[in-house]
Amino acid sequence: MSGLLADANAPGYAPDRQAQENSTTVERSGMSHNNRLDVERIRMDFPILGREIRPGVPLVYLDSTATSQKPIAVLQAMDNHYRRTNANIHRGIHTLAEESTALYEEARKKIAAFINAPSARQIIYTRNTTESINLVANSWGRNFLRNGDTILLTEMEHHSNLVPWQMLAAEKNLQLEFIPVTSNGLLDLEAYEDLLKLQPRLVAFAHMSNVLGTINPAREMIRLAHDIGAITLVDGAQSVPHFSVDVQDLDVDFLAFSGHKMCGPTGIGILYGKRELLDAMPPFIGGGDMIKRVYLRSFVPNEIPYKFEAGTPAIAEVIGLGAAIDYLSQVGMDQIAEHEHQIIDYALERLEEIPGVEVFGPPSIHKGGVASFTLKGVHPHDVSQILDKDGVAIRAGHHCAMPLHEKFNLPATARASFYLYSTFTEVDLLVNAIYKVKTIFRV
Amino acid sequence: MDDFYRELIIDRYKNPQYRGHLDPADITFEDDNPLCGDHIRVDLRVDPQGMINEVAFDGHGCAISQASADLLMESIYGKSLEEVKQLTKEDILEMLGIELGPVRLKCALLSLKVLKAGVYGLGEASDDLVE
Repeated sequence: MSGLLADANAPGYAPDRQAQENSTTVERSGMSHNNRLDVERIRMDFPILGREIRPGVPLVYLDSTATSQKPIAVLQAMDNHYRRTNANIHRGIHTLAEESTALYEEARKKIAAFINAPSARQIIYTRNTTESINLVANSWGRNFLRNGDTILLTEMEHHSNLVPWQMLAAEKNLQLEFIPVTSNGLLDLEAYEDLLKLQPRLVAFAHMSNVLGTINPAREMIRLAHDIGAITLVDGAQSVPHFSVDVQDLDVDFLAFSGHKMCGPTGIGILYGKRELLDAMPPFIGGGDMIKRVYLRSFVPNEIPYKFEAGTPAIAEVIGLGAAIDYLSQVGMDQIAEHEHQIIDYALERLEEIPGVEVFGPPSIHKGGVASFTLKGVHPHDVSQILDKDGVAIRAGHHCAMPLHEKFNLPATARASFYLYSTFTEVDLLVNAIYKVKTIFRV
Repeated sequence: MDDFYRELIIDRYKNPQYRGHLDPADITFEDDNPLCGDHIRVDLRVDPQGMINEVAFDGHGCAISQASADLLMESIYGKSLEEVKQLTKEDILEMLGIELGPVRLKCALLSLKVLKAGVYGLGEASDDLVE
């Protein structure tokens, strides 16, 4: 099937001249000679970054941790699909169905290669990270965990890696335990080793915190978990988009992540799993495509990955995610990580010199491009609202991590987050806008 | 937009007139805005004729939520419970004197929601109270 259809980004495939020009933009993007990101060139690939929020006020988008912006290559791949190849996948014998299926399955191979999965069959399409984790909880957890078993999580989890386990624990009478977060925003690894003595059956944790920006030592944590025979799940929502993640090097059992935080569209997420686990797991949602054979009173499930993909999936979104992965690979994940590291270094330095600003989380060496902060005397909502006047888009709230905020005794924080298209100038604009907040609130 | 943070709102946020607790109170109710964690508690004392003769609020949150609570307390002082039941979203917006988008509207209306849930004696505060 593959080879029937050229890559949607390839010249000649574009429906019109404008799109062809756009696709060459993609080929040009990426690295300059000194092996650093040419951010100005990258920014040209993201149409929304050229937008003004109000006349004369350009967008300063510092909310990529919530969702990233999308390059032309992704918009174009989805547009091309709907203009030229749209048909339902699998089973169709006509040309469009074959082309559509080829694009859909080609994306699976790209995603597998991106995280170094042994096989594309271990890449399961879901809606998002949350659904991926729910899939594991409902299929693996419900069938392989027993009354009284322990699940080990951390205090820095996003709600999506907390609530599915709480629901399962209530249903199956499981114990939930939590690796504590230290005052400087790191996981307490000594406490982790002690908690492993409880013989948890599952250890599930965020690779990178969406609030503190902490990058957890996943490889070491997984090794320790495997030593006591536990299964591991890594929430990669914030890691896979921002640095190179290799599932075989990590030796992780399950990895969940979302397309929309890595330059892809919303509505498509990924679950990677080890082959023997996925094979042993029963289906999660029943319907078409997940079956091999259906009788009136029973069915035989399909093989992986289709066993977990019931119903018509988000075809255009899968194709868009494939294009996003091509784009990120062309730019280079190591270069993206290095760029974000330089930006967060600078952002922390600038933010910490503002009187009244307190930044949460570890020093930049342990962290990705996330700066959560408070400004004394001003609620984060008000900070965000005033920043918006200057076109500066940040997030304010508990960022779907209420227990973590309670731990630090904070109702909410303001969060600026960075990606491959973020600039040092944008950090300066953020800082200038925070000074305006101080003026308005007289603090 | 430019007068979003009018002096009135900043002043009431920084120097609220009605922040505190009443103990005992005839009506007490509190609730959160789950989206942002803003919290408001309202205490009322009511005379035998059903007139509100003492008011207090407490809580934490953004300037909009806290200033609107303070202004709301001022506006219901001396009013009857029946009059409180008639208050609407528009009354709050008029009091604040600003236009609000859908996200910030929830901040502004939290205190009214809490107040009405308390006055109606409901178990929980519903958005229906301020629609």
